[in-house]
Amino acid sequence: MKHGKYPLIATFLVPPVLLYVVFVVSPYLQAFQISTTDWLGYSAEANPVGLANFKTLWRDEYVWNALKNNAVLLALVPVSTIVLGLFFATMLNMGGRKGRAGVAGVRGSAVYRTVYFFPQVLSVVIIALLWKEVYHPGKGLLTSAANGLGLAAPTWLGDPRTAFWCVLAVMIWSNVGFYVVLFGAAMSSVPREIYEAVLLDGASRLTTLWRVTIPLLWDTVQVAWVYLAIFALDGFILVQLMTNGGPNFSTDVIGVRMYDTAFGSETKFGYASAIGVVMFFLTLSVAVLALRIGKRDRIEYS
Amino acid sequence: MNRRDILRRTAAAGLLATPAAGLLTGCATSGGGDDAGESYRGTKSEANPLGVAEDAPLEVVIFNGGFGEEYAKAHQAMYTEKYPQAKINHSATQEISKTLQPRFVDGTPPDVVNNSGAGQIDFNGLVSQNALADLGELLDAPSLDIPGQTVRETLLPGAVEVGSYDGRFLVMNYTYTVYGIWHSTKLFADRGWAYATTWDEHIALCRQIKAAGIAPWTYAGIHPRYMSWPLISTAIKFGGPEVATAIDNLEPNAWRSEAMRMAADAWHQIVKDRYILEGSPGLDHKQSQTAWCQGKAAFVSCGSWLESEQADVTPAGFDMTVQPTPRLGAGDKLPYEAIRGTAGEPFMVPAKAKNIAGGLEYFRTMLSRRGAQDFTRKVASLTVVAGATEGVQLPYGLTTVVKALDASGANGFNWVYNNYYRKLERNLVDAACGEFFSGRVGPAEFLDQCQKGADSIAQDSSITKYKRAA
Repeated sequence: MKHGKYPLIATFLVPPVLLYVVFVVSPYLQAFQISTTDWLGYSAEANPVGLANFKTLWRDEYVWNALKNNAVLLALVPVSTIVLGLFFATMLNMGGRKGRAGVAGVRGSAVYRTVYFFPQVLSVVIIALLWKEVYHPGKGLLTSAANGLGLAAPTWLGDPRTAFWCVLAVMIWSNVGFYVVLFGAAMSSVPREIYEAVLLDGASRLTTLWRVTIPLLWDTVQVAWVYLAIFALDGFILVQLMTNGGPNFSTDVIGVRMYDTAFGSETKFGYASAIGVVMFFLTLSVAVLALRIGKRDRIEYS
Repeated sequence: MNRRDILRRTAAAGLLATPAAGLLTGCATSGGGDDAGESYRGTKSEANPLGVAEDAPLEVVIFNGGFGEEYAKAHQAMYTEKYPQAKINHSATQEISKTLQPRFVDGTPPDVVNNSGAGQIDFNGLVSQNALADLGELLDAPSLDIPGQTVRETLLPGAVEVGSYDGRFLVMNYTYTVYGIWHSTKLFADRGWAYATTWDEHIALCRQIKAAGIAPWTYAGIHPRYMSWPLISTAIKFGGPEVATAIDNLEPNAWRSEAMRMAADAWHQIVKDRYILEGSPGLDHKQSQTAWCQGKAAFVSCGSWLESEQADVTPAGFDMTVQPTPRLGAGDKLPYEAIRGTAGEPFMVPAKAKNIAGGLEYFRTMLSRRGAQDFTRKVASLTVVAGATEGVQLPYGLTTVVKALDASGANGFNWVYNNYYRKLERNLVDAACGEFFSGRVGPAEFLDQCQKGADSIAQDSSITKYKRAA
């Protein structure tokens, strides 16, 4: 057994590692190198400028504005998505109260399960266009509904006071379905007896969720947290397609700023790479923090 | 060997691979070089003034937008008629910058690029990197089918200036675009309204239109820069073309000039009096123009591509008409008829193209009377070739464009800051217009925000600055 070990490892590990290095690691490293140049993207000439791009970035109010928006997303998207996801998953899996010690979902949970998953089946681009029409100020679903109730509807994506929240709502809407399924799957691995015992003790649904389900699901919640935090720091596709950062930069996010700097209104690839490097470190720190803060003792069913 | 060992060794393998990656890092910016040696050049003669190599292949990339790509195929057929041995490689895309950026870096760009649309490459970046070939030679070459005239002499006034950077003609703008205020002739005839030539009359007309239950104005709230065009036009007509020169040259306080203040104050009236269709701030250009075509609003600001852009939703007999912006009053330096006309739809030959002479010759084909007439016939748009519409049946809106241009004559004006500094118009003035025309800020704050944007460009040492003479 021993002598065949290295060829085996090499065969299995070298190709993927090589692919990873060429297509993932090297572009990352390259971004670091480009971020220290004034490269304008359409010639092979780039002069090293040291950390000048980062200094400009520090004073760039549009970047700060975008970061501020990302911070709000980071504070709200993961929490709301996880809370909603947990709530729906609980209702679908153990919300029902039929039978004395039966643990089942609410009536029609199979239908809900499918419906919640719809957004996950659609591509993000379709979601963005769909909601753009829902938010249409003339004939959109929301405006029509508000007008039908005799309310004055805002212009949704056309008003800096509402646009950001409209995009945020779509972010949560498009994510919840996946976490309902994720949490649902985790819940089904929790032994039924625990719930039956809790029910016999007369615990309410909320107590069950808070005292039993969440502690048992903590690993999954933590993973969800990291995913959603990374999503909140990105948010590029939805924002770019729905508002492109407008009106008046009210929905701008750091990813849109980077894209616009390189491919949009300018061709400053050096500066855009600097934004990318900052994004890289921000995402990394947020992921590490989320894992650290969420660290708890593991519960294993035996 | 346990799991930890494997992980440790994998990490070591990763470390070993890192230097190799370091070698790779050069590649995105290291292409190109000075291998321009294998370019195609023929011998110049009277019949071949640009020195085209007759059998040289020509690669053309077209922006597949409102004009489509069929017109370009027709131009290419004309080119191969003259050079039957030349093989033309045609492609069309909507994403010019993303598709072509690697090829520019690599030093293997196409020979002709129609750099247009939302994915357009910022010209400031291209020019400052010397990525564009000088087209000056083309201007002095004789026209293909207008005898006794050089190409330069066949072009409408202003066509060369728009594509010139510090005196070098680098970008051939093919269409001639007029920017004005559009209305439906039918709607106005039915209601007995007449287009107003002074601002006070315009406001009175707006009041009348609103009383009739129609919104006087709508605009592209998602791209509010469309409204900066009539506003700046009003200012130029009041203060003369130097208002535009100051803005283009990023002069201090150019946006806060008296003319700009007068214009902003005037335009604020339509916001204050709620003469804008409810919900416009949430509409994009297509949605707002469609609302206008459906008779929900009377006026819309746009360029002369409007008619073809709206062709599929315009009701029969709508008869759109373009008009200049109203005058502020008798003190205006330019007459009412003065309108903004400019060459648009940019074409360029990259400096590192293999077949530069072929690219220039392709432009000469486009700028021939035959090439221009064919374009106008196919896409219903004017070209920069003077008089090329003669004998071509034009759609209704385009005839009003021709009329407006004739009336404007030598009083026509233009600005180019949007070409020099794409970001200033696309991002900064755009955002300011959004605030202003939705009524969230007043005229003074609006101009301050524009000025702040212009100042930020002026202070940015990484952006090359261009100046133009008055």
